[in-house]
Amino acid sequence: MENLLSAEKLELGYDERKVVDSLSLTLPAGRITIIVGANACGKSTLLRGLARLLKPAGGTVYLNGKDIHAQPSRQVARTLGLLPQTPTAPEGITVADLVGRGRYPHQGWFRQWTAADDDAVAAALAATDTADLAGRNVDELSGGQRQRVWIAMALAQETDILLLDEPTTFLDVTHQIEVLDLITDLNRRAGTTVAIVLHDLNLAARYADHLVAMKDGRIAAEGAPADVVTEELVETVFGLASRVIPDPVSGTPMVVPMGRHHSAAPDPEEEPEPAASTTRGYLPNPGDRRHESGINEPMEAAS
Amino acid sequence: MNALARTPRIAPDGAAQALRTVRKTAGRRRTLVPAVLAGAVLALFAVYVLLGTYSFTIPDFFRILFGEQIPGATYILMESKLPRAVVGTLIGLGFGIAGAVFQTLLRNPLASPDIIGISYGASASAVCAIVLFGAAGTTVSAAALTGALLVALAIYLLSRRGGVAGYRLVLVGIGFAAVLQALVNFLLTRTDIRTASEALVWLNGSLNNSSWDRAAVLAGFLLVLLPAAAVLARTLRGLELGDDAAAGLGIRVERARLGLIVVAVGLAAAATAAAGPVAFIAFLSGPIARRLMHGQASLLAAGLVGSCIVLAADFVGANLVPGVTLPVGVVTGALGAPFLLWLLVTSNRVGQGG
Repeated sequence: MENLLSAEKLELGYDERKVVDSLSLTLPAGRITIIVGANACGKSTLLRGLARLLKPAGGTVYLNGKDIHAQPSRQVARTLGLLPQTPTAPEGITVADLVGRGRYPHQGWFRQWTAADDDAVAAALAATDTADLAGRNVDELSGGQRQRVWIAMALAQETDILLLDEPTTFLDVTHQIEVLDLITDLNRRAGTTVAIVLHDLNLAARYADHLVAMKDGRIAAEGAPADVVTEELVETVFGLASRVIPDPVSGTPMVVPMGRHHSAAPDPEEEPEPAASTTRGYLPNPGDRRHESGINEPMEAAS
Repeated sequence: MNALARTPRIAPDGAAQALRTVRKTAGRRRTLVPAVLAGAVLALFAVYVLLGTYSFTIPDFFRILFGEQIPGATYILMESKLPRAVVGTLIGLGFGIAGAVFQTLLRNPLASPDIIGISYGASASAVCAIVLFGAAGTTVSAAALTGALLVALAIYLLSRRGGVAGYRLVLVGIGFAAVLQALVNFLLTRTDIRTASEALVWLNGSLNNSSWDRAAVLAGFLLVLLPAAAVLARTLRGLELGDDAAAGLGIRVERARLGLIVVAVGLAAAATAAAGPVAFIAFLSGPIARRLMHGQASLLAAGLVGSCIVLAADFVGANLVPGVTLPVGVVTGALGAPFLLWLLVTSNRVGQGG
């Protein structure tokens, strides 16, 4: 029963407003769970609830079978790590110092810095490829480097479970892939149970072992991405008309959104006939071409 | 997918090596800077006591210290200069650490007790005592202490809404500062000129009334509050990263923050009670210490910087203009205003603070 995190009939909210409503979820141990959903569907709130940052209005979060709020917070922090959406780096702090702060739960009032702490920080720096930045100021780093440093801090905490709230926000596509690859490395190398809140549905479908789609504070669907991501689901969860095709790189489902413009592509039923578009005399849709090639190029380059 | 093929550029022992080098430099700075600052405090203390309008030789100093009576000199050293230097050093420590705690906790260099109204709480309460009740000496100190604590409590409660956000506390504090300053001005205009000037001396912050009694009371407060600050400094290092990150590290955020606020308010209030609201010490010490430590926040360094500023400013105030003793608060105020401007100009350039 190691590194098992689950929620049962969890209700979370701020003041009177209920954001997560009677939600039950178990993070598969040793797997990557990715939580997706439209803005304000409660996915970040759910993550904060799972990380015991919010006290539930109802229901319980269980860490290894016991109520997470009944366990000492520092003890929980040795099992469960969190990378919040917008952590703040103190002005002028060095990378080594910041990553070292991840060791807080392993230290006591009188137990100072030890060789074990040094080892953990060195391993975290090596794993995130940030060792050569150790002496630099965090202020000076690029967005991608900074995110890797924050992940290094979460790694230095040496937890079996790691929760990440939108770790790719504000990163360009190359660095998004880099961060998700890094998290996958950790999951495969150390068997860390990972839960990520992610905006990008296609990346979520590619990197998730277990995909959770949320709508209005409830789970709309969960399971393997190939089973979960359908055109109907995208319609219900995001209110977006789309086509779902196999990702040419990974074979996972890929959502191609349909807006009101540039939707010259034929109806799904007609698609098997390659002649359909040519007979109508339409030029290939520039939007579609972008999805087929443009976005994937940097992905391939980075992965 | 070749996710596993992407191995780190540096092998783990390379990382360990790099880390050791960085930590060694940082560690050296962490001990060196406070040591140098402590040396500077000692040197300033010596200059303060030995030199000035009435100077002592070092042998004389020790002879008097160990009980020898030298007419005139003994009195000046034992009843004036020495207690004054001790009180100055201690209020510097108190203000410096209080300011650094607030600035680090609220992630805002403006959030020092003399800007967010806590010192004004002490002032208003002390001026009330002087003007309305004709209080003097210890009573004024007690009133100042109570006023600071009450105002701090009011600010905390008003800015609390499911957790204290830094900017809200700063804004509420600045509001309190404005109201209390108006109250002080009102009281000063309604009273006779003698009482008003007495109150004004207190308001400027001055070491003139330093005595061994006062030093002992202040030392008593610091004896309790400084160890508490040292213990809580550890959680401060986590809280600096934001509430969620701190909670993720296993810090009980609300409890840790309340503890730190209580300690910082206690330090600021005790220092204010002893010498009045000496301007800008709390505000200046933290940022200067941080710069000396190359970005590492250190409460010890901030406290020592505070002591250096008070001792140097009071020495300058006493000896700059022959025959005139400027209160220490006037000198630090004159230093503080340009520093505030400099901070406002530079902090936005790096996109932080302010």
